Amino acid sequence: MRDAFVSELLLAARQDPKIMLVVGDLGYGVVDGFADELPGQFLNAGVAEQSMVGVAAGMASSGYRVFVYSIANFPTLRALEQIRNDVCYHGLDVTIVSVGAGVSYGTLGYTHHAVEDIAIMRALPNMRVLSPADPMEAKAAVHDVLGAPGPAYVRLGKNGEPTLHEQIPVSLASVQYLRRGPDGVLVGVGAVVGECMVAADILRSRGINITVISCPTIAPMDSSWLDEWHSSPLIVTVEEDRLPGGFGSAVMEEVSQKSSDVAILRLGLDDSKLTVIGSGSYLREIHGLNGPSIAESVWRVLGS
Amino acid sequence: MCGHAKAAHIGSSLSVIDILAVLYSGAANINPNMVDYPDRDIVIVSKGHAAAATYAVLGHAGYFPLEWLDEYCSDGGSLGGHVTKGRVPGVELSTGSLGHGLPFATGIAIARSRQGKPGRIFVVMSDGECDEGSNWEAALLAGHHRLGNLTVLIDRNGVQSLADTEQTVRLEPLAEKWTAFGWSVHDVDGHNHAEIRAALKRAKNEAQPTVLICRTVKGKGVSFMEDQILWHYRPPSESELIAALSELGGAT
Repeated sequence: MRDAFVSELLLAARQDPKIMLVVGDLGYGVVDGFADELPGQFLNAGVAEQSMVGVAAGMASSGYRVFVYSIANFPTLRALEQIRNDVCYHGLDVTIVSVGAGVSYGTLGYTHHAVEDIAIMRALPNMRVLSPADPMEAKAAVHDVLGAPGPAYVRLGKNGEPTLHEQIPVSLASVQYLRRGPDGVLVGVGAVVGECMVAADILRSRGINITVISCPTIAPMDSSWLDEWHSSPLIVTVEEDRLPGGFGSAVMEEVSQKSSDVAILRLGLDDSKLTVIGSGSYLREIHGLNGPSIAESVWRVLGS
Repeated sequence: MCGHAKAAHIGSSLSVIDILAVLYSGAANINPNMVDYPDRDIVIVSKGHAAAATYAVLGHAGYFPLEWLDEYCSDGGSLGGHVTKGRVPGVELSTGSLGHGLPFATGIAIARSRQGKPGRIFVVMSDGECDEGSNWEAALLAGHHRLGNLTVLIDRNGVQSLADTEQTVRLEPLAEKWTAFGWSVHDVDGHNHAEIRAALKRAKNEAQPTVLICRTVKGKGVSFMEDQILWHYRPPSESELIAALSELGGAT
């Protein structure tokens, strides 16, 4: 997903000299090609995230379209007030890109798990929050943020996520239907949507045909899709982060504004297991977020 | 302003006001007719708690009607208790949380340098603000890139929120710290306009970023406020206001 995003960004940057990539001394093997080809549009701000985001805001105020690239919580939580005050309050054209959404950094541990970022970033004013589900959506995210200047946060997985779309979606502003079925809805954000597809296959083999939706733009959320499902037996939200304030919370906020009594089941990380060591796929299993676990959670509600 | 608004930071405003007056009266290439001119000099008041001084100087420099000053910190007014961009012409960045101005200014300085554009970037900081790590992150970056278009002016009044700077978190030797980060350092009397102006002129020809350590007095000009921590926070009562204005030679 990260390579897809950076390669698409390079394509855009070749055409637009205002695009500037600022990194926090991370991205070895990922950003080198960009830096080598367009050195005038590249800045390594060093291991200094607060300064990096302040610098990015200053460059944006001077006409650049700035992409800040780092991993995990470093360009978000470490520089939160710079994002809030310098970028969001002033409405500057800075896109924060963080690789390693959820537990994708696996064994690197909790310091490297971006699992509160959705809640925190979507609380900021003027901030768009995008969480692409696959490499195609990651490429589309480049065009989405360039299409509407302003503060944005793009959370990316690492590499190797399954490709769910045949083509690059035209826009990520609305939800992406990946499968349709009448028995309920699995709506997810980020790479865990791939696990939702696995869960849907398992459920189909057990006689439950379920819709799978990717919701790549978490804020501002286009909630019109909910209108179709207000009498659905169940909407299950799936996210690879902690639940308080996260994607499921955002969906419930939207549901609360509609006359709907649809049941919502939120799936996310289990706080009691944040210290477990393991690979990303192992942690998803532990937290009940791999395909079989998601299928089991749905089956418990709908299976009888 | 601070009297009727019951607003704090009058001491911090009096220590920095000469620095601001010099910048906005010609040392920086800006005026009320060029607030959106792309190649203008940029002044960022990073010590955003010096809002009263900043707004007084901007008002007298013609950026907005002087009557606005009477509505400082009033409900629905344009001028709040920290330097805020949005409704106030001439303000480049909303500040108030310390340590934001220098990184932001460094970004502008790098942008101007990459774009081959003229214009100098000035950052007015407090000395207590030098406690903030984000400043040193940016100072390192600015020194590395030899940003000769970037100038910092430190209001070195020696007093921060709870005590003297040297009793709080020792800053000295402050000049040597900036030198070590790759900056050119000038020591000036922060209440002497000619001296500040001359140092700014010298800084223009530097091939590296410059810092002016401006020696100032907190509460400058009002005998009972000078060097008193109390006046970091306290708004003057009516009788104190009359006494202060009389010392400063202003009208009531």
